[in-house]
Amino acid sequence: MFEFLDLNFVWFVLIAILFTGYAILDGFDLGVGALYLLVKDDNDRRILLNSIGPIWDGNEVWLVTGGGALFAAFPHAYATVFSGFYVAFMILLFVLIFRAVAIEFRSKHESKTWRRNWDISFSVSSILIALLMGVAMGNVIVGLPVQPDFELRTTLLSLLTPYPILTGITTVALFMMHGAIYLVMKTEGELQAKVRGWVNNTIILFVICYVSTTMVTLTFFPQMIANIKEYPILFIVPLLNMLAIANIPREIHHGREFRAFMSSCASILALITLFAIGLFPNIVPAADPANSLTIYNAASSQKTLSIMLIIALIGMPFVVAYTFTIYWIFRGKVRLNKMSY
Amino acid sequence: MDVELLSRIQFALTVGFHYIYPPMSIGLGLLLVIMEGMYMKTKDIRYHNMTKFWVKVFALIFALGVASGIVMEFQFGTNWAAYSRFVGDVFGSALAAEGIFAFFLESGFLAVLVFGWDKVKPRTHFIATIMVAFGAHLSAVWILVANSWMQTPAGFHIVGEGAMARAEVTNFWQVVFNPSTLERLSHTISAAWITGAFLVLSVSAYYLIKNRHNFFAKQSIKIALVVAAFATMLQLFTGHSSGVQVAKTQPAKMAAFEGHYETGPADLYLFGWVDEANNKVYGLKVPVMLSWLIYGDSKTPVTGLNEFAKEDRPPVQIVFQAYHIMISIGMLLILITYLGVFFWWRGKLENVRWYHHVLVWSVLLPHLANQIGWIAAEVGRQPWIVYGIMRTKDALSKTVNSSEVLFSLILFTAIYLLLFLLFLFLLDRKIKHGPDVYEEGDDVYSQQKYIFDKN
Repeated sequence: MFEFLDLNFVWFVLIAILFTGYAILDGFDLGVGALYLLVKDDNDRRILLNSIGPIWDGNEVWLVTGGGALFAAFPHAYATVFSGFYVAFMILLFVLIFRAVAIEFRSKHESKTWRRNWDISFSVSSILIALLMGVAMGNVIVGLPVQPDFELRTTLLSLLTPYPILTGITTVALFMMHGAIYLVMKTEGELQAKVRGWVNNTIILFVICYVSTTMVTLTFFPQMIANIKEYPILFIVPLLNMLAIANIPREIHHGREFRAFMSSCASILALITLFAIGLFPNIVPAADPANSLTIYNAASSQKTLSIMLIIALIGMPFVVAYTFTIYWIFRGKVRLNKMSY
Repeated sequence: MDVELLSRIQFALTVGFHYIYPPMSIGLGLLLVIMEGMYMKTKDIRYHNMTKFWVKVFALIFALGVASGIVMEFQFGTNWAAYSRFVGDVFGSALAAEGIFAFFLESGFLAVLVFGWDKVKPRTHFIATIMVAFGAHLSAVWILVANSWMQTPAGFHIVGEGAMARAEVTNFWQVVFNPSTLERLSHTISAAWITGAFLVLSVSAYYLIKNRHNFFAKQSIKIALVVAAFATMLQLFTGHSSGVQVAKTQPAKMAAFEGHYETGPADLYLFGWVDEANNKVYGLKVPVMLSWLIYGDSKTPVTGLNEFAKEDRPPVQIVFQAYHIMISIGMLLILITYLGVFFWWRGKLENVRWYHHVLVWSVLLPHLANQIGWIAAEVGRQPWIVYGIMRTKDALSKTVNSSEVLFSLILFTAIYLLLFLLFLFLLDRKIKHGPDVYEEGDDVYSQQKYIFDKN
């Protein structure tokens, strides 16, 4: 069963890992952004903002590096998707820029209007980023009108069909739950009590979305579980996913936020693994399967894939080390000071 | 308007806006290491205050660099899909390496640099500062590798035919150390040091004029002058070696730099105007100086533009002017820097008011030179996107139409204009607010804990 274990497969997995890292890490800070307007007091808002203050841009690096790795390992997939989703990607870039500067600018000026405007920008852009990424994943699952020459053309409206909208909303709900759990760890007192309420609500919201997305996917897109049918051992992934999701309310109930957060991370990992298993060996499935971009026809040369693997093997241990160090240094409750946002 | 022109305008706009920030991060990064190093050595709290002020400025600059940089990472795919398909095997690796090696390093340690003052020991904080500066330089390395490969491609071969042809790596180290990498990297890095130094010089001179934060201003100005004195000299040498390298590897670009049409011993213009219709340049020149600078011999011929078919030439006027303005600014920066060194030597640096006014405004000069230098380099490469291999017009995304590019161009123009104005507004406020002062004997590290200030 290891006949597919080659460089192309390794890179498919590595890119999935990079995007999983992005979804787990930026997922909670996007979630914090999505929930942000629910607190009204300026000091409380600053605590929320500073809970992600030192780490949000490091989290976003996972996206940038994932994009770079996709470019290097599967240039056709990079070119096809990014030019094919042109307008949607431009809007995504626009909100990514706005979110970054909103975080940086927001507390630099005392004016109420200034802060309110940046608060809204921060929250709306956080929601839109999650939504757009979910919509993009939904469209990949549905299949895209890729031409035989790998070219793809879509319009914004053609991407906004019911199923992608459902996956988009599910992504927002997932990140809101993930962010709310994170916030319980970073806050205390009255604010924490409030955040605990969000956790319960977002769990309910996410479970509803998750169940509906799963049912719709199984009904209308059975190709997403073709690989699991062929290799029944993979059934362990959806099983672990369900266990991880079920474990979240249990840990929350016992007041073990860190474990709840880990469960939430595990469920994101499992969801993206399911997505990757469903696609494999395609990266961009086409409406006409003959035109699909696969890990073979979209890939760089074997030489580049092996050079890149060396780069990744040298670089990734450092990346993991930095990430753990930074999260360790900034563990514990948020304290505001003169350097804070 | 056609897709090619709009896409090129959009790329120029987004990369030009982005490139306001990285040179400042690189240059200021180096200065932060020096400043905090002074604090580590002297334990003088005033150096701590100084470092902290510049860290806040650094954080603002860095945020805009990150925000505008995300666009760059994805724009090859969105607007230049044919290029991405053609070069992904070579070019993508450099971008991915930049992410893995540089961006994670920078953003991770930036957290400690900005927010970690009360979380880690001073020595650990200093290490974080060094790592951020190192990461900023490392990202310049990889992006310059990528860009230099577009100027002087090496270490690859072409596989496939027609639309499916692409460049594939044959030798990774030849890609990394392609013929122009080292010259262009050193030239860009020294430009970044100058940019950072002049930012510090400008703000310090402003405080001297206003007679505020005197210790801060006097020490900052000296630290920055030392960096500027070193970097402007380095710039002269790297500029020269870049010129020699361009003449050897991109003769059409060199010929356009000097408006040199007929192959033969070439002159060096101080300034001039190119008459592109009649293949002539009017201006003040030093005869045969270009041949001498490139080959150390006034008689060696330099290839002229007439050797190239019309469709293989870059637009001469823009390239000529950009190149000459860049060099003039470079010379001016040397003059300004060494004037300061002279005043310092005479013990008058803190008293020459007119010179302080010059410094306040000269912060703009390195930025102008950075932008215009890149225009000379990139427009000088035209009509090629990969020199001699792929034309810019063949590099576009086939499925993106002009109204879509127009939409995104308007979007970027509006947002960048807004961000730039807000950046200036916040920077101005930061500078007018000045450094926060912690007195000698204050325990800076414990003092900062548990402060819930409203602003």
